[in-house]
Order: sequence, then structure tokens, then C-alpha cells
Amino acid sequence: MKKFYSFAGLSLLGMCLLLGVLASCTKSPAKQQAISVWHWMTDRHETFLKLAQKYEEQTKVKVKFELYAPSDAYSQKVVASAQAKVLPDIFGVLDKKEIFASFIESGFVADLTEEFLADSGAWEKSLFPKALSVNRFEEGNIYHIKPGLYGVPIDVTNIQMLYNPNLLKKAGVSQPPQTFEEFLNAIAALKKAGITGLVSGWGELWMIDCFASNYAFNIMGEEKVMATYRGEVPYTDPDWVKVFGVFKELKDKGALAAGIVTKVNKYAEQDFALERAAFAFNGSWSVNVYQEMNPNLQYGAMLPPAINPDLPMKIWGGAGSSFVVNNSSPRKKMAIDFLKWLTAKDQQAYLAMETRNLPANAEALSSIPEILAQFASAMEQTTHPTIWKYNEDALVTEAFTKGIQSIIIGEKTPQGMAQEVQAVKERQMRKKKK
Amino acid sequence: MDIFSPNRVSSVQWRGYFENFLFVLPAVVIFSVFYIFPFFNIFWLSLHEWNGISPHQEFVGLDNFRELMQDTIWWDSMGHAAYITLIALIFQNALAFALALACDREIRMKKFYRVIFFLPPVLSEVVVGLIWTWILNSGMQDGQSIGLLNHFLNRIGLPHLVNDWLSDPKTALTCIAVVHSWKGFGWGFIIFLAGLQTIDRQLYEAAKVDGAGSLRTFMNITIPMMIPVILVVVILTILGSMQVFVLVLSMVGQGLGYHTEVPVTRILASMTGTNRFGYACAQGVVFGMILVVVSFFQIQLSKRAKQA
Repeated sequence: MKKFYSFAGLSLLGMCLLLGVLASCTKSPAKQQAISVWHWMTDRHETFLKLAQKYEEQTKVKVKFELYAPSDAYSQKVVASAQAKVLPDIFGVLDKKEIFASFIESGFVADLTEEFLADSGAWEKSLFPKALSVNRFEEGNIYHIKPGLYGVPIDVTNIQMLYNPNLLKKAGVSQPPQTFEEFLNAIAALKKAGITGLVSGWGELWMIDCFASNYAFNIMGEEKVMATYRGEVPYTDPDWVKVFGVFKELKDKGALAAGIVTKVNKYAEQDFALERAAFAFNGSWSVNVYQEMNPNLQYGAMLPPAINPDLPMKIWGGAGSSFVVNNSSPRKKMAIDFLKWLTAKDQQAYLAMETRNLPANAEALSSIPEILAQFASAMEQTTHPTIWKYNEDALVTEAFTKGIQSIIIGEKTPQGMAQEVQAVKERQMRKKKK
Repeated sequence: MDIFSPNRVSSVQWRGYFENFLFVLPAVVIFSVFYIFPFFNIFWLSLHEWNGISPHQEFVGLDNFRELMQDTIWWDSMGHAAYITLIALIFQNALAFALALACDREIRMKKFYRVIFFLPPVLSEVVVGLIWTWILNSGMQDGQSIGLLNHFLNRIGLPHLVNDWLSDPKTALTCIAVVHSWKGFGWGFIIFLAGLQTIDRQLYEAAKVDGAGSLRTFMNITIPMMIPVILVVVILTILGSMQVFVLVLSMVGQGLGYHTEVPVTRILASMTGTNRFGYACAQGVVFGMILVVVSFFQIQLSKRAKQA
């Protein structure tokens, strides 16, 4: 009997321990004493830690930065933590606008509109409008989210073409190309000199989507692109076939680096940094990457060469990284104060200087290097799916980007691919109507 | 039940049952929390349309499963995984078995070889992917191949064999399968070696006395005695190869159209690419069922082989 009771006691103790372990696993970071920030920016972690230390010295408020990388893993962690309701005080939503809207709709993200508007909108005015627009939901938005600002950009970014002047010179090209025709001529010269033309991380679907959408905006204009997303213009339209044709032409003219469709951006960055290609299609974050890979690399930034001179070349850009505040955090006010401090001029200048990223605060632009200034000069031409009124269905986008990969590997024609994408589009539209 | 019956369960027996139940309770709780609940939850989610975060989950019944049955990309990805599995079954296991046979003999530096052959499985798949991506790289700099394989082919006078290995639909999947086999053969090697060492040496001596040659000894003693071990290795190879995905992502990213898609990359694409958690769960359920069925047949086969 004694044995039985001692065993029963031990079992109960074991169960309590198990439950205790389970409970501690799900302890919300928001219940800790310091402001907790989850981020994914490996290149900025050290600088964030220094800034946190500085903030603690100034305000006696502790800020705990936790790094979860790569960004895919970070995204999954944030989604899983939202489902378990254990989000930190400050985090980022690295996903489509639709998912950002779902976070807001589920009550995970605080509405910061009043904070931005306080003091005659001082905080809002200090930041690039383009960077803020990524976090803004306008009146009558398709996600039915209450209009307002829900996130704080900590830097801005845009994606352009980069060129290596030394390699161009070697091929006898004196100036970076301005038009698509000039670009193809430069490619021919580079090919003759045995130099690879363009490298990019097109093993990542979003980068292909970005390049294609640059040319879609240039060839047919924003309204027609949006009309396509609404289902009013088919992908078999000659303008879209022309967009797909850009990739075929680049392939046929030998402009693309070998293996470009299986290259993730890190490898593409390595190729450009080690002067294996004369052009790269990459974002402003690459300035820091190239600096680390090859500090002596000489390069410049330029807009992708336009095909249609009558329409502007729009590039993806806006807020690079944004933070949101956990709506149910007991330290919501403290978290907002910290974000205000982080986006103030001095901290933004320090962040830009240390990490070579474009600051979100326009006043901090004065202290950035020349190459970043070249990126900054194109901020007015930026656009991004997160600020478009309509977004394409994700399955159509997948068929679109995978189809472009098939064109590059010589498996499909632009016309054939256009028909396939249109078939997926029609199927999704039928499904939505149901 | 008649309480006066001699079969009635006495209070002492009840206490015994209760005591036994307490012994297994922690395991039952852990198994329920971490296996049974997630399984039913995934099945329940597979009956919904959900983006993974929205408060609204729309019940769609078996629609996700119906769509999956017609999803040619999904079934192609199963075909790709089956191709990788087939190559692994043949080459990985043949290599593992051959090396295990070699190391089972009295050779010099036996222990050194064992360590060397077991190195690839302990390396991270990402690291293996990076190493092989460099070996198979098709890029050029200053007229020279960057990739080791293409550089080697050029040096030995076979430039016509130089290829864009990972970006050519004809070779990409085979390259992944070969790298997967290279990474995985160490497991088979260790299991085969352990199996070979359990075979009674007297059997070999008796065969030698009877005048049996090496081939006959191998066919009539080694192979029959190793059949249960071979079946274990086969089942582990199938389960491991069908679920390959880290290697795919680290070698070709999301590239090459749909040529290098495998079931797990499709599940990931549904979850994070198109935010269709319900559909991803349906894919997971179907994929899991297929693996369970394959494993079940393998276990039955293994039992029969043991009986034989």
C-alpha cells in the first residue's frame, strides 16, 4: 500500500512537472519585464543590441532584441506564435498585405494612427511617406481594415540594377545603358569579352516577380496591370506576352548568368561581389553585403533600362523593414516610445552608418555613403505590391514566376506560358465566384 | 456480471490495473499531446480554407482533398520524390552494402574507413547542399569554370560534357538524387555492417570446408541472413528519400519551374507561398497516409522474410 501511494505521489509530481514545462514553453514574451523585440535582420543584430544598451542608459527601460533567421523561419515563428497568442511586444510581419491584414483583423497588431498624428503629425512627417505607405490601410481598402497606420518602418529600400564600371570598360562600354536596346548592346560587347552579363537571385520566386513587374509597369502602365489582377485583362494580351518576351530575349541574347534560375540571392550577390558578372538586379541592402564580401568592389546603381520611353520605369521599394506593436502587450506604450526613439534622426543616422541601409527618417539621409545616395535618388519611382489596390492571387503569381523560369530554361514560349497563366487565373476566378 | 462469480475483478486487481495505468499515464499524455492531438488537428484543418492567421476558417469539407487529387504539380512532385527514392534504393544501398562487406573483412585501417564513411550523414543537409552546389556550379570567370566538376571535365579533355548541371531539367533531379545518396549511404553502411557482424562465422567456415566459393557463400549465406536488415534499410531509405527537401532548397532554391519540386516543398509552398494552410494540411495528410501504407507493406514483407 505504501508503495502504491508513493508511486501515485511520484506520478502526480511527474505530471505537475510536465505541465509546468508545457506552461513555461508557452509563456508569453509579453509577460517578461523588458520590452521584447523579435527580428530577422542578421546584419543589424549587433547594432540593435548597441542601440538597446543606449536606450537603457537614457531611459532605464530594458529592450531585449531576439534574432530569428532566416526570414522564412522568422515568418513561421511569428505565425505560430500568433496562433498560440505568445507574440512579443514588438515584431515584424514579413508577408503579403493580405496576411498583414489578417494579423490586424485578429487583434495582434496595434493601430498606431493616433501616435503618428500626435504633435501635429511630427512622427509621421519625420519618415519617408513611401515607407509609411506599406504600413498604411487606406479608406475603402479591399481587406476591410479600419483606415490607419499599423507599422513603423525602420529603414527604406528599393531594388534596382547595379553595374560594374570596370567590367563594362573592359568590354568597351563607357556608360551604363539607359534603354533596353543599349543594355542588349552592352550585353553583346560583354559576351565578346567573355564577361557574364546579368546575375540575380531568380532561384527565389519573388525576385523574378519583382523584375517582371518592373517591365509590366513600363510596358503597359499601372492601370492595365491592376486591370489584369482584377481579371479584366487576360495574360494572353500582347503587352503581357511582351513582358514574358523580355525574359526570352535576355536568354536568347546570352544576357543571363549560367544557372540563374536556381541561384538564390546570396549566391548571386557573391557572383557580383567577386566581379563574375557586369550587372546585378538587387536591392539597396546589398550595399552592406558587398562591403562585407569585397570592400574594394566598384559599382553603381541604375534603374532597369526601359523598353517603353512613354511610361516610367517603376521599381519595387518602400519600407525595407517594419516593426509592429503587439496590441495585447502590457507594455504597448513603452514599445511605441521605443519605436519613436529608434526612428528619430540620431538613431536612424547611426543605424544607416553602421549597417549601410537607407534610413526611414529623411533627415538622417545626409550621413549616407554615395552608393546609398544613388539608391535613395530613385525612391520617388518606387512602388510595391503592399501598396497596390489589388494584388494577384498567390497561385497565379506562382504559375507566373515558375512559367518565367521555364522560359529561361528554354522549355516554354512567352505565348504558351501566357496561356498557362491565364488558365490558372480563370480557374482561381471561378473558384472565387463560387 | 455476477459479483459472486470467481471471475469478478477484486479490489486488489483494480488497484493493480490502476497502478499499471499510472505507469503508462505520462507516456499516454505525452503521446496524446504531441502526436494524436496534432494529427487530428491537421486533419480538421485540412477540411478548411484558412490562411494560417485569419480568425475566419471556412469549412470546405473534402474540397481540398478533391483539388489535391487533380493537382498534377503535386503528383509530379510525388513522382520526383519516387525517382530520388529509386536512385537511393539502388545506388545508395548498393554502395553502402559493398562498403559494409569490405569493412567486415580483416583489412587495415578498418576503423578509419568506418569513420570516413559515416561522415556525410552527420553533416548538415544545408552544408552538403552548399558543397555540392559549388562542385556542380556552371558559372565562369575569366574563361575558367568556377564549378569543380566542369573544371575537371575541361582539364581532362572532355569539354563537351560540361553542363549546367543544376539548371538543366534533364540533370538537376538526378544530381539531387546522387547527392542525397552520397549523404545517406553512411546510415545504410552502419546498419549493414552491424548486420554482417551478427552472422555466425561458423557458417562461413562450414561453407569453406564444403568447397563453396566466395560468390556462392555470398548468395547462399550472406544474402539470406541479411534479408531482415536489408528490409530495414530499404524502409528507412524510402521514408528518408520521400521526405527529402532541405537538400532541394539548398541546391536549387525555388528554381527550375516545377522540375525539382518534391512533396515537402509543395507543402511548404502551400503554407508560406500561397498561404493555404488547409490545403497544405490536406497535402500533409495524404502524403503521411502514403508513407504509412508503404511502411505497412514493408513491415509485412519483413515479417514474411523473417518467417521464411
